[in-house]
Amino acid sequence: MTNGAFEVPAKGGFSFDNCKRNEMLLNKGLKAPGFLKTGTTIVGLVYQDGVILGADTRATEGPIVADKNCEKIHYMAPNIYCCGAGTAADTEAVTDMVSSQLKLHRYHTGRESRVITALTLLKSHLFRYQGHVSAALVLGGVDVSGPHLHTIYPHGSTDTLPFATMGSGSLAAMSVFESKYREGLTRDEGVKIVCEAIASGIFNDLGSGSNVDVCVITKGNVEYLRNHVQPNPRTYTSAKGYTFSKPTEVLSTKVTALAQRAVVTERGDAMEEE
Amino acid sequence: MTKEHANWSPYDFNGGTCVAVAGADYCVIAADTRMSTGYNILTRDYSKICKLAEKSVLASSGFQADVRALQKHLDARHLIYQHQHNKQMSCPAMAQLLSNTLYYKRFFPYYAFNVLGGLDNEGKGCVFTYDAVGSYEKVGYSSQGSGAKLIMPFLDNQLKSPSPLLIPAQDAVTPLSESEAIDLVRTAFASATERDIYTGDKLEILVLNKEGLRREYMELRLD
Amino acid sequence: MSIFEYNGSATVAMVGKNCIAIGSDRRLGVQLQTIATDFQRIFQIHDRLFIGLSGLGSDAQTLYQRLVFRHKLYQLREERDMKPETFANLVSAILYEKRFGPYFCQPVIAGLGDDNKPFICTMDSIGAKELAKDFVVAGTASESLYGACESMYKPDMEPEELFETVSQALQASVDRDCLSGWGGHVYIVTPTEIKEHILKGRMD
Repeated sequence: MTNGAFEVPAKGGFSFDNCKRNEMLLNKGLKAPGFLKTGTTIVGLVYQDGVILGADTRATEGPIVADKNCEKIHYMAPNIYCCGAGTAADTEAVTDMVSSQLKLHRYHTGRESRVITALTLLKSHLFRYQGHVSAALVLGGVDVSGPHLHTIYPHGSTDTLPFATMGSGSLAAMSVFESKYREGLTRDEGVKIVCEAIASGIFNDLGSGSNVDVCVITKGNVEYLRNHVQPNPRTYTSAKGYTFSKPTEVLSTKVTALAQRAVVTERGDAMEEE
Repeated sequence: MTKEHANWSPYDFNGGTCVAVAGADYCVIAADTRMSTGYNILTRDYSKICKLAEKSVLASSGFQADVRALQKHLDARHLIYQHQHNKQMSCPAMAQLLSNTLYYKRFFPYYAFNVLGGLDNEGKGCVFTYDAVGSYEKVGYSSQGSGAKLIMPFLDNQLKSPSPLLIPAQDAVTPLSESEAIDLVRTAFASATERDIYTGDKLEILVLNKEGLRREYMELRLD
Repeated sequence: MSIFEYNGSATVAMVGKNCIAIGSDRRLGVQLQTIATDFQRIFQIHDRLFIGLSGLGSDAQTLYQRLVFRHKLYQLREERDMKPETFANLVSAILYEKRFGPYFCQPVIAGLGDDNKPFICTMDSIGAKELAKDFVVAGTASESLYGACESMYKPDMEPEELFETVSQALQASVDRDCLSGWGGHVYIVTPTEIKEHILKGRMD
């Protein structure tokens, strides 16, 4: 997006400006960096009045836990949510992007978004990038034609299923679903099975951990249960805390006083929400 | 067309973290009990700590098959030593034996990262820390394994030992009391477990002092 | 060797009671050779907002210039400073735009938002936001920093204690990392003032 002397804010889309340089650095024997991944267990199931999504809350960078309590259930539309696994930046960006497209679409049509629309937008983006945008998703929602649950793979292929799991803990979670899922589950039974499936991923898969997030979507209502179960508190904190024997040596200190923050009184109406 | 080689590797990494802290009249040796490979947990209750002699305890992370082979070898060597000398091997002697054993396999190493803790002949705590091929050093405290990078700076901060280059040499043992040292080790492991996916499940703490050997356990995160 | 390890760096941000701290080391190296010992990795965006850029030094400076440019455009258009959350979204968008040819930079953002609410956040080099309530770290000494901060952090620290904790954690961590060190910069931001400290550290 270079415009003569300076760069103007981009209009969107990827920029490949650094690719040549980075390739040169790579050829000089420097390794490319690793990205933040969500090792992840994400699941979803259809129950009698809607869809339940579930996710763990651990984000890893190699063997290190980068975020102990991240959000993996992303908002797509008021009636549609999406769990993301894979490269964290990709899952975040792709869901945000499609979510805004859906909102524009709602403004155009004045109708509630359909899950199939979200599905098509997601898969066509992922297919266009041939798997390089590495997002593995579980998409769930309730629209005019009832509850829907889909899985989307990084290359753009999709499945439509009554219950689904994704991520590194998908096998652990699927073992719970395969033994306990049946048609016509009640809400409480459904939430219980989802929690159990996520817990199975949290405890048996090292890429998943910390807490259980659940999202229950029914016709006209969404319950986002952030940190619904917290089965992994810190196990030990020293009672007396720690003191530092040697104080920090400071070479210089510069103090800048801050002006009081100006109080701005808002005028006019906020932009109308739908 | 190049010949296709079998893509087989003789090593695995089973994770885990070990810590040892030496005091004036005690030595604390601790390790978590998780054994894992890749993203899978193999067992939540595997002891990485091995008592080699009355006053030497070895904690090792790395590839547990190699660790087991190493422990068996050291046990055998210690048995021979007992037959020949009619006494237990001292901790510094065991430290040298471990170094030699590791270097003997310099070009097909034991994939084991060891910390040896114990009491020396005066009953003072001592810790020896190793690399995989037998380079070792006597220190006041050490950490090895997947969580070592997380634990080491904290131990440095709390236990800062004198430089080994000082003349005359200064004692490396930590100034803490036994209970303070155990508390420190517990905090270090609780913290490492928060951030290292390979450390967790349970903490096994061995305390060596003049009364003998004591074993304690503490729960760690299971995820 | 990774490109992140070319210059070496350590950055950390921590939350206290109505205050935040952001710190970094001062070394700039080319692999194992030290080039400069007063390198700035922490930049001020406005009164109550700071960003630390670890990773490749040249990308840190390029990225900083782009961020200042974008923040100034925002100030012109809106006649106000950006909220930390908004700024984090901007950084994330700029980084993700280069998803397939990234800046080799891991930002750490710290600031006080409306009502002086502390905000800290870090990202990977392609803009995956990681919001935390306690502390965030980045750079070649990140593993050491995780361990040190996890052990030393306490909730609701006053500015003085927060400074001591961040400084001790930073110093302990860079001493175990060959590629960062040579003292540190630590900024403590409270609703009324900014304290900029330069720390003395090991010179090796």
